[in-house]
Amino acid sequence: MKERPGGVLAAFRHVDAAAHAIRQLKELGYRDFTVYSPVPNFEIMSAVGHPVSPVRVWTLVGGLTGCLSGYAMTMWMSYDYPLVVGGKALGSVPPYIIIMFELTILLGALSTLAGLIVHTFRTHRAAAYDPRFTNDLIGIFVPCPPERRTAVQQVLQQAGATEVRFEQ
Amino acid sequence: MATVARPEPVRIPPTYSEITHDIAATLGRPGRIYYVLLGFVITVMLIGAAALLWQVRYGLGVAGYRPPVMWGVYITTFVFWVGIAHSGTLVSAILYLFRSAWRTAVYRTAEVMTVFAVMTAGLFPLIHVGRIWYAYWLIPYPNQRQLWVNFKSPLLWDVFAVTTYFTVSTCFLIVGLIPDIAAARDVATGWRKKLYAITALAWRGTDQQWRHYTRAYLYLAALATPLVLSVHSVVSWDFAVSIVPGWHTTIFAPYFVAGAIYSGCALVITLLVPLRKMFKLERYIHEDHFENLAKLLLLTGMLVGYAYVVEYFIAWYSGNDAERSSFYFRAFGQYWWATWTMIICNGFLPLFLWFKTIRRSIPAMFLLSLFINLGMWFERFVIISVSLAHEYEPYAMGHYTPSWVDWSILAGSFGWFFMWFLLFAKNFPMVSIAEVKEIIPMPRKERAHA
Repeated sequence: MKERPGGVLAAFRHVDAAAHAIRQLKELGYRDFTVYSPVPNFEIMSAVGHPVSPVRVWTLVGGLTGCLSGYAMTMWMSYDYPLVVGGKALGSVPPYIIIMFELTILLGALSTLAGLIVHTFRTHRAAAYDPRFTNDLIGIFVPCPPERRTAVQQVLQQAGATEVRFEQ
Repeated sequence: MATVARPEPVRIPPTYSEITHDIAATLGRPGRIYYVLLGFVITVMLIGAAALLWQVRYGLGVAGYRPPVMWGVYITTFVFWVGIAHSGTLVSAILYLFRSAWRTAVYRTAEVMTVFAVMTAGLFPLIHVGRIWYAYWLIPYPNQRQLWVNFKSPLLWDVFAVTTYFTVSTCFLIVGLIPDIAAARDVATGWRKKLYAITALAWRGTDQQWRHYTRAYLYLAALATPLVLSVHSVVSWDFAVSIVPGWHTTIFAPYFVAGAIYSGCALVITLLVPLRKMFKLERYIHEDHFENLAKLLLLTGMLVGYAYVVEYFIAWYSGNDAERSSFYFRAFGQYWWATWTMIICNGFLPLFLWFKTIRRSIPAMFLLSLFINLGMWFERFVIISVSLAHEYEPYAMGHYTPSWVDWSILAGSFGWFFMWFLLFAKNFPMVSIAEVKEIIPMPRKERAHA
């Protein structure tokens, strides 16, 4: 388990103040800070500036895998035990499209969920936290050595933080 | 005399903190009414379970099946519960893609209803086949003599469609719950705090978590959307690809999908009315939500009514004797009472929804929703059992009377559904904390200073 680094934890009541603080921190060269918010917010997300989540690749790959495996499974099972009914073709694609469609959705959804879990854990940073961040406050945690904490504290307070504290 | 319009009530939006605390308060110690209701539904479920054991012991003969009607109450109830499940995905996924703000307060109820309704529906093919221990023959696993399943059979399409729908709906429900459970965790105490700490999956609402979450939720909504149309279409093909008069028709897929959304919306209303009262959620679920659900009911109810008319018109216009005879039998034969219950409840009663006063009256909507669900169960009974009772050959026609076992298992399915719903409602947030907050703008310093 990652050891939690020390740093500065700030709480904001206003979204524009938090977005301003994020831009200020980025100008000063801080990149590894963590922002908490009770809801997803476009202003905060654009201030942080993350690229689009790679979860979409998981969805695409899962969906395609489902479609192809639906085709392979229905065809293989039809020919593995040949049972001719009414002289019709053993492998008839039109009814199998339904199975292919269902497996596209099924594996697409499951791989999206897997992608969400994997990327959330991969991008997880050990950081200080306050339970009010899921309620009504926006939080920013900036990991930094003790000698820089006063400067970071000033940046956050000037941006409009309602509360700033040092975390060991 | 000039009429004066009654002013709409002015609603002050709650703050973020109020939302968290109001919704988390529903997770506290339940009152006596809750336990009475839970005890009642568990008793009803046990009656159904006892009837099922009786059927397993003595065979399907106790269920009232008689040739030619070998699809009776169980398949009717299966289609009924799969249909119920549809509006959940409509409200949670399709309205999400359309950025419909009113859905936020009601979509959790619809989603939970979806998952438990599919779970209930899934029991019925197993009950219907009689020998439950051979249920694994439904999945692609070689049974006797290494024989694979038949993918050309609509019954197998159904297995895939219903299983996929259950899995995707459950994923969607779980993903939507994560931020809300985290919010509940951060205000809870005691054993609930421990439970939510585990089920929140380490959610803290960080920038990285929201980044992946919002994309995943969008893609899940996009994947779930075609399921709304596909699942009940596939269920309808169980009937439409056969040659039974009354089943063999091309309108079945849209007819079933409209009926499914119709019955699902009705059950959402049936569930929301006591839920908002019991959990004091009047501030979050109000007349506007019921009016929007009523508009959905009206639209789908009109589609269903239109489908009834088209069915009869085509039976006449086709000139097919068997088809004409089947539809005459439906309306004036031994099961006329079932057909007219269906037509009155589904075709005529929803016409009251053209009136705004009805759409905004919660008692009227509750009553109407009960009648619609009654009518929708009878619609499936009429389509399935009544059609089978009156096929081509007069000497092969028959009559089906459900036995006490059929009725007990039907009642037990309601007990089973409501048991899960009540247990869930008391332990997890039934209104989405994060999404209700999302439609209220976050406070801004500029505005505060102005």
